[in-house]
Amino acid sequence: MAHQEGVSAGADDSGRVSFMNDPKARGLVFQALLIIAVMAMVYIGVSNAVNNLARAGIASGFDFFGERAGFDIGQSFIPYTNDSTYLRAFFVGLGNTLVVAAIGIFFATVIGFIVGLARLSKNYLVQKFATVYVETLRNIPLLLQLLFWYKAVLSILPSPRAMGLEPGANVAFSLNNRGLYLPRIVPEAGSSFILFTLIAVLIFWFVLGRWARKRQMATGQQFPVFLTGLGLLIVLPLLVFFVTGMPVSLEYATLQGFNMVDGWVIQPEFMALLLGLSLYTASFIAEIVRAGILAVSHGQTEAAYALGLRPNLTSRLVIVPQAMRVIIPPLTSQFLNLTKNSSLAVAIGYPDLVSVTGTVLNQTGQAVEVISITMLVYLTLSLLTSAFMNWFNSSVALVER
Amino acid sequence: MKNKILSAVVGVAAVAGMGASAASAATLDDVKAKGFVQCGVSTGLAGFSAPNDAGDWSGLDVDLCRGIAAAVFGDAKAVKFSPLSAKERFTALQSGEIDILSRNTTWTMSRDTQLGLNFAGVNYYDGQGFMVRKSLGVNSALQLSGASVCVQTGTTTELNLTDYFKANDMTYNPVVFEKLEEVNAAYDANRCDVYTTDQSGLYSIRLGLTAPDEHMVLPEVISKEPLGPAVRQGDDQWFAVVKWVHYAMLNAEEMGITSANVDEMMNSTDPNVMRLLGKEGAFGEPIGLGNDWAYNVIKQVGNYGEVFERNVGASTPLAIGRGVNALWSKGGLQYAPPIR
Repeated sequence: MAHQEGVSAGADDSGRVSFMNDPKARGLVFQALLIIAVMAMVYIGVSNAVNNLARAGIASGFDFFGERAGFDIGQSFIPYTNDSTYLRAFFVGLGNTLVVAAIGIFFATVIGFIVGLARLSKNYLVQKFATVYVETLRNIPLLLQLLFWYKAVLSILPSPRAMGLEPGANVAFSLNNRGLYLPRIVPEAGSSFILFTLIAVLIFWFVLGRWARKRQMATGQQFPVFLTGLGLLIVLPLLVFFVTGMPVSLEYATLQGFNMVDGWVIQPEFMALLLGLSLYTASFIAEIVRAGILAVSHGQTEAAYALGLRPNLTSRLVIVPQAMRVIIPPLTSQFLNLTKNSSLAVAIGYPDLVSVTGTVLNQTGQAVEVISITMLVYLTLSLLTSAFMNWFNSSVALVER
Repeated sequence: MKNKILSAVVGVAAVAGMGASAASAATLDDVKAKGFVQCGVSTGLAGFSAPNDAGDWSGLDVDLCRGIAAAVFGDAKAVKFSPLSAKERFTALQSGEIDILSRNTTWTMSRDTQLGLNFAGVNYYDGQGFMVRKSLGVNSALQLSGASVCVQTGTTTELNLTDYFKANDMTYNPVVFEKLEEVNAAYDANRCDVYTTDQSGLYSIRLGLTAPDEHMVLPEVISKEPLGPAVRQGDDQWFAVVKWVHYAMLNAEEMGITSANVDEMMNSTDPNVMRLLGKEGAFGEPIGLGNDWAYNVIKQVGNYGEVFERNVGASTPLAIGRGVNALWSKGGLQYAPPIR
């Protein structure tokens, strides 16, 4: 920088170097030209599309989002009927994608960490099992795995009518080809106290943790924060539950007519997608975890032992924090992959964003608008995930002095 | 560097300009130039468009495309087929990927007016129905409340289904797939109690199930589904070609001209027959075809009745009767304007 400024200053003083030969000015000119060219390309592309759509007599614009959708969606986490608008249908799809991605990320991470650690285990059987798991699932295309779970595992289950369930009888648990049926928890008057208690315990746990850390820093004394918190979390809400007179009931699924009604149902499409996404992504995460742990030199372990730390504490306080630095960035990629891979749902009939927008596209015929919005949504999701993981990464990164 | 940028800008502008001109060019000229008709069909619906044992496409919708090829080139084999899902079909036509969409597609007002398409006629009058397992003991669609229904996405079927259950105050659980084969597989695996699509489709799909005899099509027809070929808007010449090939096949049936007797009929002195077969007047020229256009269609593909019988009629496994698809003169709806 300083060097360049010197050059331009010199040029001004002497007046010998012309504007054309000033590297700074030339750089600016070329960059301006490039920006103009890119903007011109975008403008030409968009106006060309708009003109062509108008010439071909195809409706364009985003007005259709306010119209009545008129189709039903098999699964929705927000209220939706066929009288809702296309916009709401769009959000139903987005919600379905978010739910499957969030739960998928959770399971993939948990399974991935367990398998990754298992691959480093000294137990022969555990280690080989983890190796087989990773090498099998990592090397089979995800679409095939989804089809396997959906067609080869879940759809060959018997139908509820074929299972010989008694019509009208309460069913506490049933796995059939219409889904997994469990009792639904129905909150009644007074049940909000239980929720408040839960929240209060969680806040207390957090405060306790901070206090315990402070005390340990000051005095060296330790406090069993985890056990205390967990104990309170179980005991207190239970106590409130009984004191308020058990204000929660269970609604069981029953066989009625063609299908099971009531209860809490997890549809086979959702299960297949969740299984496929979690198990597939977990195999990659397992390798990332293994790589992260192997990246911490053995000297760290030896040093920790020399300080008198037990193996358990060694890995928790020395190995894992250092491994996390290596693990987090590729882990982010896997989370993004999982979210984007959830669009394969369309093959097994789960109404995710791509599936629902596909229907919207078809019923309205406005391909350009619908596809560009869908792409924008995935881009936003990915950028948000990245931003969060970058923040998390910076919080575990090695603090260099 | 400056030159590179400039040439890039010019290049993009040129490509964009080309795209614009390609979409508005005369389809008939394009078809003649490339030597074949690109025809959009289904991914496999027996009787309408499906590859046969020999790997050739056959069916009612396929034969319309073959008829157009016969009219344009005098060769019914000058067709290439693009199998399309319900979701892909309109985009494929709009973008110029195919010249004609002949894919059991329902003619509706919004499709006709908002998608930049024109429907060139109705080559099969259909209506939506329901198929169930006989073991369910159901004999009317009104008993279907609470059922899981398999349906293909992006179809009028999906909307009719919603309307029908709503109008009759019944509930259902939709299981929606993008590809026909996926819907078939899900229904066959008992994922759903009910399969709904156009009735002709149900008969066709039933044949492909593991045990066709265990399934039945319910009597209710819940919608009007006029199926027909579609072309792009703004190309009246090509629109006329498609429309009149269809009419020629209908007129031929009405006049009793078949692929077997068309050569004999060339000697006919009936002015109607003479006009159709190009012996009198020059009806092919104004739409850019030869005068023997209709002769070629009938000779190589056959009249509408022949095509119907060959693909979906009583002699086929589908065994669909003519019903409303009979000629107007025989109590049906198929009616073609005269050639004169």
